[in-house]
Amino acid sequence: MSETPILQTRALTRRFGGLVAVSDVSLDLYVGEIHVVIGPNGAGKTTLTNLLSGDLPPTSGEVMFEGRDIAGCSSDHISRLGIGRSYQKTNIFLPFTVFENCRLAAQSRTPNATRVFHRAGGYPEINRRAEEAMAAAGLDKRAERIAATLSHGEQRQLEIAMCLATQPRVLLLDEPLAGMGPHESQRMVELIKGLTADHAIMLIEHDMDAVFALAHRLTVMVNGEVLESGTPEAVRSSPAVQLAYLGGEEILHD
Amino acid sequence: MPNARLTAWLPYFVVGLLALFPMVESTFYTQLLTKVLIMAIFAMSLDLLVGYTGLVSFGHAAYFGLAGYALALMAPKYETVSLWWSLPAAIGVCALFALVTGTLVLRTRGIYFIMVTLAFAQMLFFIFHDTKIGGGSDGIYIYAKPVMKLGDAVLLDLEKLQNFYWLVLALTALVYLLLHRVLGSTFGRALLGIKVNEHRMRALGFPVFRYQLASFTLSGALAGVAGYLAAAQYGFVNPEILSWHQSGAVLMMVILGGMGSLYGAVIGAFAFVLLQEVLSNQAWFGIAAKHWQLAMGIFIMLVALYLPQGLAGLLQQFGRKPVTEIADE
Repeated sequence: MSETPILQTRALTRRFGGLVAVSDVSLDLYVGEIHVVIGPNGAGKTTLTNLLSGDLPPTSGEVMFEGRDIAGCSSDHISRLGIGRSYQKTNIFLPFTVFENCRLAAQSRTPNATRVFHRAGGYPEINRRAEEAMAAAGLDKRAERIAATLSHGEQRQLEIAMCLATQPRVLLLDEPLAGMGPHESQRMVELIKGLTADHAIMLIEHDMDAVFALAHRLTVMVNGEVLESGTPEAVRSSPAVQLAYLGGEEILHD
Repeated sequence: MPNARLTAWLPYFVVGLLALFPMVESTFYTQLLTKVLIMAIFAMSLDLLVGYTGLVSFGHAAYFGLAGYALALMAPKYETVSLWWSLPAAIGVCALFALVTGTLVLRTRGIYFIMVTLAFAQMLFFIFHDTKIGGGSDGIYIYAKPVMKLGDAVLLDLEKLQNFYWLVLALTALVYLLLHRVLGSTFGRALLGIKVNEHRMRALGFPVFRYQLASFTLSGALAGVAGYLAAAQYGFVNPEILSWHQSGAVLMMVILGGMGSLYGAVIGAFAFVLLQEVLSNQAWFGIAAKHWQLAMGIFIMLVALYLPQGLAGLLQQFGRKPVTEIADE
């Protein structure tokens, strides 16, 4: 784990009219660490992700990436800086093959791949990165399948593979396990674990087994605010969290 | 695929057949086919936007007409104008106009994009209609075809019908090849990605606006090639060349042929122009020929209902591969 955070937010706030979806959120992401954000539906977790990825501009507050304020930058700019995200609702290129989905993602990192008369498949470096990303996400046997014909779990894997093909240093994973069966979930947990060493990861998740298996640091959000943040043990034993959100004793004391 | 080799050679075969056409056919049909090929270039240029970038423009006649007026205004009244500089100049004017309008219209999407592109084309229409720049509503004559000279020798005398036809055929093939290469490149793949899922392309780090603007500019420039040739063929331009009917007609060719396939755009242009010719033939259809738009409308509705992939979709049922794979060949 590195000493200085690669991504930090300070007093990050987003309002939609009268509703404060994200209120005064400050958190740090370190390379080598998984920072899990949990909270009930409507707590502002996805909005927080959107603020970090540039899908939404914040109303106020700072987002510092390697010491530079990137709040309000466009999402393509933030992606090129090295912050990749996956979506809660699967967001892939359905009519394309799995390989082409990953190849496009890898292509975005090669600005000199804009020679308009050169065949798209003729860049070994891009193809290699696409293949590595597929292999990392366990999709190498599905390369030629059309993305629309994949199972739900495989589409979630592809979502991650595309994110990896852009070679990000920060990964923002919005409920990667949503809708997955136990076997697929286990695979995904192992995949995310394997990515920890080289990446700073922010993970939004509802599956408590996965949360406690992965989290180095845990933040609980309620109504747009951070209720508690710290090590998983500290958060487990926080009375405020037990009262307001987790409630169920069996989750906390098993 | 057993017939992959066959389909790879098909375009060359078709161009070869078309090249022989003026040898065996009359003036009338050579002229008609010239018109078809010019519209094929126009339709391919629009398909780049509609079928490959996901931008439905309803003002593409602006670039077509602008190139026509550019030729008319560049051509001296009693002398000939050289093709070597007037064609690139007309293309350049269109590219520049597309670049400027593109930066504005690309801030809108969907129905608003359709309306704003239409608005720009209408502005251009009324500029030429209501001012004396291009002879107002009467238009301007272009008395002589552009000349292709090398030194003092005439390379190809374009006053001869078949020579002009061959030039148009060569340019059609060239535009097809150019677009085929461009669409098969990383740039083309990015355009397809934007068409399918613009939001995700942005999240992957693609500067979507710049890609769209490049596509819009290229599309406008190629529409300029068609407009230049059309003006040269008729020897005349008036504001009708810029009208929204023209934008609608080319859009129908693209839809008829099948969006997102280059040969579809070519087939669409053939079908539209030839059908228009047949349906408005008084010898065959008598009084109904006057109302050929009615029959055309019914035909287009039928295609839209039963062939959502257009006429090119019919071909694809005989073993052509999906677009994204074709681009790889």
